[in-house]
Order: sequence, then C-alpha cells, then structure tokens
Amino acid sequence: MSVTQQAVAIDRGFSEQRFARRRGMFSGIHGADYVWALAFAVPYVVIFLAFVIYPICYGLWLGSEPQLYSQLFADPRYFTAVINTLIYVGVGVNLMLGLAFLLSGFFIRKRWWVKALLVVFILPWATPALPAYMSIHWLLDGQWGMLNNLLWFVFGIDGPVYLNSHWMGLSANIGADIWKNLPFWTIILLAGRMSIPQELYEAAAVDGATGLRKFAHVTYPLMANLYFVCILLATVFALGNFNATYFVSGGGPAMSTEVLATLGIRYAYTVALPRLGVAEVMTALPVLIPLVYILMRKLRVSEGQL
Amino acid sequence: MSVTYGRTAGAGAGFAGQPGADKVPAVARSSARLHTKLHYRLQRYALEALAIAFGLVLAIWSLLPIYNMWMIALDSHDDVFSGAIWPDHPSLDSFRVVVTQDFWYLSRFWHQFGNSFYVGLAVMFMTLTIGSLASFTIGRMRIKHGWMLSNAALMTYVIPASFLAIPMYRIMQIYGMTNNLWSVILALSTFATPYAIFIFSQYGKSIPMELDESARIDGANPFQIYYRIYLPLMAPALVAVGTYALLLAWNEYLYNFLLLSTPDSMTVAVALAQFLNSDESPWNLMMATAIIYAMPPIILYYGFRRYMAAGLTMGGVKG
Repeated sequence: MSVTQQAVAIDRGFSEQRFARRRGMFSGIHGADYVWALAFAVPYVVIFLAFVIYPICYGLWLGSEPQLYSQLFADPRYFTAVINTLIYVGVGVNLMLGLAFLLSGFFIRKRWWVKALLVVFILPWATPALPAYMSIHWLLDGQWGMLNNLLWFVFGIDGPVYLNSHWMGLSANIGADIWKNLPFWTIILLAGRMSIPQELYEAAAVDGATGLRKFAHVTYPLMANLYFVCILLATVFALGNFNATYFVSGGGPAMSTEVLATLGIRYAYTVALPRLGVAEVMTALPVLIPLVYILMRKLRVSEGQL
Repeated sequence: MSVTYGRTAGAGAGFAGQPGADKVPAVARSSARLHTKLHYRLQRYALEALAIAFGLVLAIWSLLPIYNMWMIALDSHDDVFSGAIWPDHPSLDSFRVVVTQDFWYLSRFWHQFGNSFYVGLAVMFMTLTIGSLASFTIGRMRIKHGWMLSNAALMTYVIPASFLAIPMYRIMQIYGMTNNLWSVILALSTFATPYAIFIFSQYGKSIPMELDESARIDGANPFQIYYRIYLPLMAPALVAVGTYALLLAWNEYLYNFLLLSTPDSMTVAVALAQFLNSDESPWNLMMATAIIYAMPPIILYYGFRRYMAAGLTMGGVKG
C-alpha cells in the first residue's frame, strides 16, 4: 500500500474497482461459516451501537425540546459563533487546501534540499495539537510573545496585541489550524501529484503544452476529484476542531471567537446547560448531514467493494 | 526554434523588431547564442534562489512555534516574561522539575504518563483487533449485509468527534465509567476503528483470494485463515493503522478532559492543560511538560514515517 496507490484509488473511483468484484469463497455462506462471520462482526457492531448509535439517539433526545432553540436563538453569542464557524471553515479550509496544492507542486521538485525541507515541514503535523496550540498562544502574546519580540528585533516595529481583537483572534485560530494541518494535506496532494504518470506530461510537452496548459489539461483533470474529497474531509475536520479555538484564542476576547465546536462544550460545562450545548450542536446538522452524505458516497466509491 | 532564436538575438544583440533576424553576421550570432545561454542560466539561478528563499520562509513558519516552546522551557522562572529570542540564562531546570515531579500540578506526572501510554496501547490493540476482524468479515467472507457495516464505519469516520462529546459524557456516566481509563479507551477505539476498516479493506484487496481458498481446501476454518494468513499478510497495514491509533489516543484532549478528572486517572494531556487554570502558572514548566509530552509521537512518527505516509494518505487523525 504505497502512498501513490491509495491516492490513485481515490481518483479512480467508479470504473474498475466497483465492477471488479472477486467472488469470495464464502459467498453464499451458511452453517458454521456464517456463525464465524457473525462472530467476527460482533465486536464492531457492539461498539458501534454502544458508542455511536446510543450517543446519537441520546443527543437527539437531549436536544429535542423546542424551547431550547428559542433560548439558543436569543443568545447573541450563538450568532457570533455561527458566523465565526462559517469564516473559520470557509476561509480556513480553502486557504489551507489552496496552499497545500501549491506546496505539493513545490515539494515535487527533486532537489536534495527540498526533500530535507519536507522532513522539517512535517514537524507541525507530528507535534500533538495541545502543545502546538499552547505554544502558538504564547507566541502571539502581546506583551511578552516571541513574535512581537522578533518584529521589534528585525524590523523595529511594535506588533499589536493579537489575541485582544475579534478579527485577529479568529485569524490566529485559523492560522494555527493551518500551521498544524497544512503538512497533512500537502502530503496527500503530493501523493496525488506523484501518481500522475510522467508520460502524460511528456505527451503534452510533445504537443507543445507548457506550464499553464500542462496544468489545465493534465494536472487539473486528474487531481480534481482528490481535491474535492480533500475539501470535504477538511471541512468536516475543521467543523469539529475544538482544540485550535480552545487553546489559541480560548474563545476570547469576551467569547467573540467561539465556534460551534467550542461553544457547545462551553454551554455544557461552564454554564452547566448540557441540553443547550446539544441543541447548539444540532443546529449544525443541516450542514453536516449533506456533507456526511456526499463524503460517504465519495469515499465508498473509492473503497469499491461495497 | 527560430522564433526563440530571433527573440533572444534581438534582445541580446540589439536587433529587436528587424525583419530577417537570421541574416545576422556570424560574430553577432555566436555572441547572441552566448547571451541566450547566459540568460537561461541566470534565469535558472534566479528561480532556484527564489525557491530557496521560499523554502527558508517555510522552514521558519514550521519551526517558529516549536522554537518558541523550547525557549520558554529553557527560561528560568523569572525570565519567562522577558520574551527574549534567546534566553539570558538558559537552563534545563524546568525539565528537572518535571522529571522529578517537583511541582504540585506535576506530582503524579509519571503515573499520568503511564496512563497515556496505557490508553494509547489499549486503543491501538482494540482498534487493530476489532478493525481487522470486521474487515475480514466484510472483505474476505462477504457476509450478506457487510455493506451496512462499511457504511456504519464511514459514517462514524465523518462525524466530528467533538460534536458527540456531550452525549458521550452522559452515556459514560450511565455506564458508570467516568474516571475510568476504559471510558476513554472505548470512545477513542470507536473513532479509530472506522479508519482501520477503511484501510484494511483497501489493503486486503491486494491479497489474493486464492490463498484463502487453498487454505480452505486444506481444512482450515475461518478463524485459522484470519489468524494464520490474513493477519501476517496485512502486517504493513497493521503497522500503519496501529501507529495512527496510538497517535490519535495520545494526542486526544477533549475526551480525556471530559471523562478523566481525578489526578490518578488523568492522562498527560489533561495534566498539561491544568496549567491554564491559573493565570500565574510557571509557564516554563508547562512548556517543558509539553515538550516531554510531544516527544513520543514525534519519535514514533519519524520512526514509522514510511508506514505513516501510506496511512496518512486517506484519512489521518481526526481534528
């Protein structure tokens, strides 16, 4: 299972794999074999029922009172959080994937120092989220943060107090998320790029295609599906990203940078209104369900054998 | 070719816009060729220099927060607020304090470190066992409603874990498992298993069905096929997914925080975030703890980079 194979597997989707069903020797199984098959499936079914279905149903029940929603919609912090989430996801994901795409083009260059740089570039991804975001929080501290010291040291300018304003706080959260996850998406898109056969570029070059045209007629059509799946996955991950907001801006100043993932927890554990927290998460469902549906279709296609 | 030649000749030797540039005297032509060569070489160097400059910016961007972590950790307590780019009196004292548990937030540090390891290894074991069994039924035995299992797994994979946190917390109370490491282990295994099923199903396709069939003819039962044939051949995928599960568990914060609150049941992540409860915590100790906490995943990641790269491609850690 090389990096490339998997990326290709995502790309191809429909064509071969779906129809290339191999008949298993257990197909149409019965008797003892059927018992074995069931026994093998039981552990997953059990944890799925106990820790996915039950919490979901419990959550639906917790958030089923209509009165909760009037309470929620009367709270201005909720609307701030919705707008923040839209900005966080909309700007953050597109910026991150766009950068990742450009960087994958950079990292495909075969230079020794590019390979060495890739090793360094991976470091944010290998670092656990909690220490990384804590460090970014301190880096951005207005009074004694290193960034402002560097700005003073190198350019002689006084940096702002980043985490004291709504916009800069939100940007800091987005920036921290990008810092942490950019290497991951870059590597996926890099794998996708590497799976494009070199012959296609050579053929395009023979036909007289140069830079931009090679991109438009070879890279783009072959990467589009992978890029789309990545955008969707990154959107879901960003929607659920609790750590970045919680540890970089802490939701501050005055809860103005909270997103849905953190505000729900805040309702439940700081204000002790768990039902309100669940209701808040539930309002994300109209966006989440279509996303999950499309993603399931897309990923299932690449899995092929379903 | 001629177009290029004409253009560079024009630019180099001053024949711009003149019709019939190919009638240039021989001397001028050779000098133009020299110019072309030089021009291209310069262009290449300029591009390379630009790429290197970009690479430097990228390296600084990647390393700055990590450098910052070290600098705060190396500060002695009084200097933390100086924010110096290089500490005046760098010392490893904060690491000593953490390692010897010499601060009250850290009084159970090694115990909590052990908890983190225990949770990580247990999640890894659970994920590999449950995931490989399920993928064997779906992929090799072709159980009748196997697609439902796969769909269930996919759905779990694409639901953000943080959205399920509140009901999950209540449910763990109902199960009577709060402050029990197994509450976290079970919850995280649930979130890691779908990825395992996904990767195992992908990888399993590369193992020929004929192996199963011939083992079958030799009289092996399904469990023997699973244990003796399927698992050994899946080794690379098992390593990739195992590393993924271990890292997912080690790095998780929210569920640890919600489900584990006594000093003895805490994992390092929760203990580390405790520093944020007070405005006057010793930040150098916090960063030293953070560095020690970050070490195992970084070592593991770079050690298993090859396998991880394969596993990375289609899923990665949920945010």
